[in-house]
Amino acid sequence: MNFLSLFVLLPLLTLAGLWLSKNLKQVHAVAVTGASALLVLTVYLTVDFLLQRAAGNTAEMLYTASVMWFEPLNIHYAVGVDGISVSMLLLTSIILFTGVFASWTIVDQAKEYYMWFLLLTLGVYGFFISIDLFTMFMFYEVALIPMYLLIGLWGSGGKEYAAMKLTLMLMGGSAFLMIGIIGIYLNSAPEGGELTMNLLEISKVLIPVDVQRWLFPLVFIGFGVLGAMFPFHTWSPDGHASAPTAVSMLHAGVLMKLGGYGCFRVAIYLMPEAANELAWIFLTLTGISVVYGAFGAILQKDLKYINAYSSVSHCGLVLFAILMLNQTAMTGAIMQMLSHGLMTALFFALIGMIYGRTHTRNIDEMSGLMKVMPFLAVCYVIAGLASLGLPGLSGFVAEMTVFVGSWEHTDMFHRVFTVVACCSIVITAVYILRVVGKILYGEVENKHHLELSDAVWHERIPVVILIIVIAAIGMYPLLVSDMISDSLVSVIGQLAR
Amino acid sequence: MEYSIFVLLLPMMMFLFIGLLQGKLKGQSAGIIGTISMSLTTIIAYAVAFDYFFSPESKIDGIYQKIVEYNWVWLQLTENLHIDLGVLLDPISCMMLVVITTVSLMVHIYSLGYMHGERGFARYYAFLSLFSFSMLGLVVATNIFQMYIFWELVGVSSYLLIGFYYTKPAAIAASKKAFIVTRFADLGFLIGILVLSFYAQSFSFTDLTAPGGVALSSAAGVSFLGASAAAWGLSLIFVGGAGKSAMFPLHIWLPDAMEGPTPVSALIHAATMVVAGVYLVARMFPLYIDAAPEVLPGIAYVGAFTSLFAAVIACFQSDIKRVLAFSTISQIGFMIVALGVSGMGGHDGLGYMAGMWHLFTHAMFKALLFLGAGAVIHAVHSNEMAEMGGLRKYMPITHITFLIACLAIAGIPPFSGFFSKDEILSACWEFSPVMFALMAGIAGLTAFYMFRLYYRIFWSTPTDVSHHTPHEAPAVMYLPLIFLALVTLVAGFIPFGDFVTSDGAVYHIHINWTVATISIVVAVVAIAIATVKYMKEKSKAPQNPLNNVGAFYRAAYRRFYIDEVYMFVTHKIIFAYISRPIKWFDRQVVDGFMNFLAWGANALAARIKGFQSGQVQQYAYVFVLGVIILIVIALAL
Repeated sequence: MNFLSLFVLLPLLTLAGLWLSKNLKQVHAVAVTGASALLVLTVYLTVDFLLQRAAGNTAEMLYTASVMWFEPLNIHYAVGVDGISVSMLLLTSIILFTGVFASWTIVDQAKEYYMWFLLLTLGVYGFFISIDLFTMFMFYEVALIPMYLLIGLWGSGGKEYAAMKLTLMLMGGSAFLMIGIIGIYLNSAPEGGELTMNLLEISKVLIPVDVQRWLFPLVFIGFGVLGAMFPFHTWSPDGHASAPTAVSMLHAGVLMKLGGYGCFRVAIYLMPEAANELAWIFLTLTGISVVYGAFGAILQKDLKYINAYSSVSHCGLVLFAILMLNQTAMTGAIMQMLSHGLMTALFFALIGMIYGRTHTRNIDEMSGLMKVMPFLAVCYVIAGLASLGLPGLSGFVAEMTVFVGSWEHTDMFHRVFTVVACCSIVITAVYILRVVGKILYGEVENKHHLELSDAVWHERIPVVILIIVIAAIGMYPLLVSDMISDSLVSVIGQLAR
Repeated sequence: MEYSIFVLLLPMMMFLFIGLLQGKLKGQSAGIIGTISMSLTTIIAYAVAFDYFFSPESKIDGIYQKIVEYNWVWLQLTENLHIDLGVLLDPISCMMLVVITTVSLMVHIYSLGYMHGERGFARYYAFLSLFSFSMLGLVVATNIFQMYIFWELVGVSSYLLIGFYYTKPAAIAASKKAFIVTRFADLGFLIGILVLSFYAQSFSFTDLTAPGGVALSSAAGVSFLGASAAAWGLSLIFVGGAGKSAMFPLHIWLPDAMEGPTPVSALIHAATMVVAGVYLVARMFPLYIDAAPEVLPGIAYVGAFTSLFAAVIACFQSDIKRVLAFSTISQIGFMIVALGVSGMGGHDGLGYMAGMWHLFTHAMFKALLFLGAGAVIHAVHSNEMAEMGGLRKYMPITHITFLIACLAIAGIPPFSGFFSKDEILSACWEFSPVMFALMAGIAGLTAFYMFRLYYRIFWSTPTDVSHHTPHEAPAVMYLPLIFLALVTLVAGFIPFGDFVTSDGAVYHIHINWTVATISIVVAVVAIAIATVKYMKEKSKAPQNPLNNVGAFYRAAYRRFYIDEVYMFVTHKIIFAYISRPIKWFDRQVVDGFMNFLAWGANALAARIKGFQSGQVQQYAYVFVLGVIILIVIALAL
């Protein structure tokens, strides 16, 4: 069996284990075991991948395997990874591991909760290892559906509305996507060859450019909805606000990355001609996302809304950088995916822990929390500093790579949008420091908050892990940037063909 | 000089050590450990500077060279562009190493007394270490991106230290303001880096400042809105520098930054971080001269205007730290002017040398002034001049050291400020007589407001000190004062031109006696006026300082309403006319459209669900109707 298939098998085994477990203790034990196994597996994969690369294996995808699944349509279960998928898998495993701990306090139907949670990650893992369009799309859907139940059942506030809205909007995106994928499939046959769903094979085929002009926007918007591209981002604030902590973490941390990854892997990689031609349209939209999200965050009162709009801004930068279509900016985009995934997960974890104590997320109703919960408060400040791009934390390296890469374009259009995107670093500072100043500093005004306690062990674990990873990438970015940058060569080659 | 890396490593380790263990460090231990480590850092920094200035290796043909001690690739961006981290030694970085470690050590020692028993004592020392690390990293940067990295780090340390008393609303607001205003300026810095590095295809200072401006040769002929690419890049870089160095109109954060603990003001907001902008311009100076000489006079005018503006405001403030803050802005203006009027090499480079020298002397005497003010505040528990007076009897050491610093900043020989300021004025003299007259006038204002401050603190009759008797500060606090006072006494006699010049060659300083005479006369007259007006001043009853005063006084006291303008722009324009509409648009229009789609789908479903009524009669009726229509069609065909 292929080594990569473990990424699907392990979540399945964990699911079975969860199904069999009889009480909360067993549920926790199984979930932690599964998440740890996946984390170990991913670390092993990363090391082995780097060793193979160092040993001179220059194949575009490593660990490839392909099994015929549905003969009439030539659909395969085909897997393979490059540096970009490896970094995404790493992100997924870290968020899953920390998310399991962040869900510790869920006792109501915990077993079912963890099962849906694991199913969701199964979809995510499957998506990142797939190199067959059909399997990719299938795993994509597997990742979306559990979200509806997780928010609808275990969420808070207007959860039914939020869950419905999120699912319907993302499904709308999927509809676009499916048309796009079928369109690509129908044009995938090389001269005299067979139709195929395999990404690597399609990439060698030139899809007629006038067909690309139709399919590219469909696929890009389809994935762009999940990447919170303006104006298709409104599911995000409501969805995040209602979702339970770990689901927000996983959603903003990993699921939104499916959008960026898909835009990159399917839209741009398979349709480079259309990408070159139409990038400006989406560059405009994503450029708007970057500042629009940031300005939108300034006046919000709900911590989760602030963070959701901040995600719109940061994920906008991901798509923005991808559309710059050069190696540096794209490296920055993938690093921004990693970085945003980690820090937004950290944010949502902390917000969940603060909410669990104060029972409010309204920033006007909190103050002086630094005094009562110093650990959480300090971590919140660190997350904030990462978000506003402090050197030494991951956000800085990603943003700077994006900006330097974007500046490579010499025309006025790209220059103007790069400057606009750069402006977000100032606006981000405004909304981050505003929140920090309001809720953490000052005197405790609400007397009930004086009795609150600081984080306990199962809260400290995820927070500390996330901070360590954020700092590691921020201090030693070569760890990931080279791996990502090398894998982009093939895409750059496609764009220049 | 491989050991120079320890200058960075020690403070960094100290930050992590104290920061992570702050809960475990009891009593004074964090401060003592921090101070010991800072002493070691200082010794190493001195050794590095000594080695650099006096070893033959650093000179070729009598000219100081840039020595890149370390340079590691930290992040590869494009084929040519990579961010490196390393250590660059040259005259200005070695001088800055000495300045930073000296002042930082003094502040570490002083704070043992000043911050004694404060909540968050360990946190304070952790932040001091973080700041020292960042500032040292900034000055030894081998490339402009490393400088930007540490530039941001000093910004955040400043933010953390200004907001040290995080329960005080004023401190929270001030820290936020400082960070955001400088962040805004950093945006200029960042875009400037992008512009320059795009053409130079390098971040490295060695490449950028290569003689003849070759770095930007590929930018020749590129222009935008009438200015060359080089001019844009270098002006934007200066915007970054202007933000950190509090040049008008980006100065508004510095006076508010005085909400931080006073030793922090001495270290960050007087001696080191705020001169980073000056250092940046000095660092890029060869490029300014070669690629965009037209930018330099602009820089000089910004500096001169800021200097005048701040000096005028300083004459009307009543909070002693605010006076010192505006004085700092004004003095940094002098340094910026010096760089702006300077040329390259030999006597043309006088302004550069003078600016760097003034940076050095100013750091010492301004730190002394702030630490002295801290001792005063410690004794009377207030920042307001109105609550002070006659303190010379109670605090003799503070009084004498403060007086020395006042004489130095006023430009009275033989104190250090006289020499460096005199060189700046000489450079201005050669630039244009108007500039000289202006700067000499500002020097006079400086002498006036400093002695106004001095007399009000130490002389004039105290209004009410009955609540308790002020007493001299403890030894840990007055020893740094004495040390800095000694430095201020001797620094004027350092042959500075032997060490730091625009081109690395030795320049023999000679005093231009015309200039010197004018400046001494101006200073003495200004001090005399202050003496007459404030020495025996009695009526200082605590009252609203704005009662019965003229419109100009009122405006100057309110700092010419610049803060109000900023508040207007941010709250009334950006928040009200950008953020609020976006918030509304997002909820009502973008989201509204999605909700409309959902509503539309529901409404449509409601309409057509009638067809599925379940009534057989209705189905039969529709069926018959369909058949008839089909028959009609068939017959018609």
